[in-house]
Amino acid sequence: MSPQPYSSIKGFGVTFKQIFKKPITQQYPEYKRPVYPRFRGRHRLWTHENGLEKCVGCSLCAAACPADCIRVVAAENTPGNRVSAGERYARIYEINLSRCIFCGYCEIACPFDAITLEAEFEISEYSRDDLIYTKDMLLAEPIKRVPVADRQLYDTPIPAYKAKS
Amino acid sequence: MATVERPRIYEGTRIPSPIPTILRLSDELRDSPDVMQVNFGPNHPSTHGVLRLIVDLAGERVEGIEAVIGYLHTGFEKTMEQKTWWKAITYPARIDYVGFQNDELVFVLAIEKLLELETPQKAVWMRMLLCELNRIHSHLVYLGTAALELGAISMFWYCFRERDLVLDLFELVTGVRMHTRYFQAGGLAEDIPPGFYAECRKFTEWMPKAVDDYESLIDRNEIWLERTQGVGLLSADDAIALGQSGPVLRASGVDWDLRRAEPYLAYDKVDFEVPVLPNGDVYDRYRVRMIEMRESTKIVAQCLDRLEGMEGEPWIADDRKVVLPPRHELHTSMESLIHHFKIVTEGYRVPEGEVYVAIESPRGEKACYVISDGGSRPWRVKFRAPSLVALEATATCMRGALVADLVAIVGSLDSVMGDTDR
Repeated sequence: MSPQPYSSIKGFGVTFKQIFKKPITQQYPEYKRPVYPRFRGRHRLWTHENGLEKCVGCSLCAAACPADCIRVVAAENTPGNRVSAGERYARIYEINLSRCIFCGYCEIACPFDAITLEAEFEISEYSRDDLIYTKDMLLAEPIKRVPVADRQLYDTPIPAYKAKS
Repeated sequence: MATVERPRIYEGTRIPSPIPTILRLSDELRDSPDVMQVNFGPNHPSTHGVLRLIVDLAGERVEGIEAVIGYLHTGFEKTMEQKTWWKAITYPARIDYVGFQNDELVFVLAIEKLLELETPQKAVWMRMLLCELNRIHSHLVYLGTAALELGAISMFWYCFRERDLVLDLFELVTGVRMHTRYFQAGGLAEDIPPGFYAECRKFTEWMPKAVDDYESLIDRNEIWLERTQGVGLLSADDAIALGQSGPVLRASGVDWDLRRAEPYLAYDKVDFEVPVLPNGDVYDRYRVRMIEMRESTKIVAQCLDRLEGMEGEPWIADDRKVVLPPRHELHTSMESLIHHFKIVTEGYRVPEGEVYVAIESPRGEKACYVISDGGSRPWRVKFRAPSLVALEATATCMRGALVADLVAIVGSLDSVMGDTDR
């Protein structure tokens, strides 16, 4: 193989071309690229419009979880303490997000669309204990908001698992 | 500039026998005070993870080499035996975390072979498309890191620019950038989103230009040629004797590609070239992967042509014993709800039997050997890891090499340690 001095210089041409191009770097914490609508981030529990929780404590999400990171303890609804729309409700609902692999099987499993995986992905904490999300944390509006790309353009017309019943 | 004639390929074998994976010090060197034993890794940045090589150096020359693996042992194969078939689909992608989609495919194909389940055409072509995108992703990671280790740091930035485009496509279709669990027994987990075709088309038009860029950067670069040509020679005989597959085998001049030799999915219906190069050195392994990136882009474009004509077709088989019922039926049909509960909690039962399914992953023959005892969990799952096999060729490639070549050779074999240790 003979030496290729001009070919070596050809490589610099690629470098030189970059001067005239816009950098593709995104200034991340200031700018957040919208995630696609199917993105599977942190979980969210949902309530009906009348304030009752959609979750009825059936533990199907816990059964579906390959990482065994969901813990559900159900209790009966009473006329004095009506929490969910069904007969029972989740007295304890915990997700250990340090174990979660974000496969989304819980939202596929849930027959009541009570749990979905939303767009939030900035869930780092200083302590592992803080990664155990309780029911109140999962029911609350997320503090950090992540932009989501256009659903019309990037998701199927009837989103298979995200349909809000 | 003076040209140095280097041996390009050799006849016969130079596997260090009797143990082909270890290079032993010769007797006169063993007691020599000049030989120094060095640990290369497991925390060295150029070991592609946590590979530890115990290297005996006589000056710059590598006289002995021994690999220590197991630092990334995860026990996924054993864990999968504790999970139902449906849940176990999430595991294979984490074994070879660079060629994740191909791993998922091989396990899903094994389940389908046991179940004798037909996959709709749309799912077949989409699987092929995603696997080829994944191949491009894997080769980009190889090219970026291997060039980075030899000092070409800018290659890393260029390659990871395109890698991000591939991962964006994965996020658009499947919801996550890696470890997608998008392939399910019977087809795909969800339909293809409408915006995907346009985005993917943009990528297939952009990718050949990007490969042109890489080629002008290092293909004929003097330093790159010096570092890679004639280094890490592996003859065809040795490659076959060591059980190599994939780009490592094809760079040694053996024409063997499972996509063409034993076509799975619909590879017999697409038009693509299998690159075979004769020299068996680091440079040829790099060239094979560069050509494969172009060919994969072509396959992706052909898959897109087919998929665009399949609008409205089913994406998953209609088998209520295996496939979860459609979402909208859960609120209307009691029977569907019962099936849904049964599949999620108990899992589907897979008939008794054992299968071996092999596919061409970015690193070579990735295969899955599954035994089912007729229950809802796999009785045994075993993966054939091309990374482990490629790593076994290190000692043969390293004969007479210098310590600086070690990085180039380990990089060119492209082992992923997650795949090696499983």
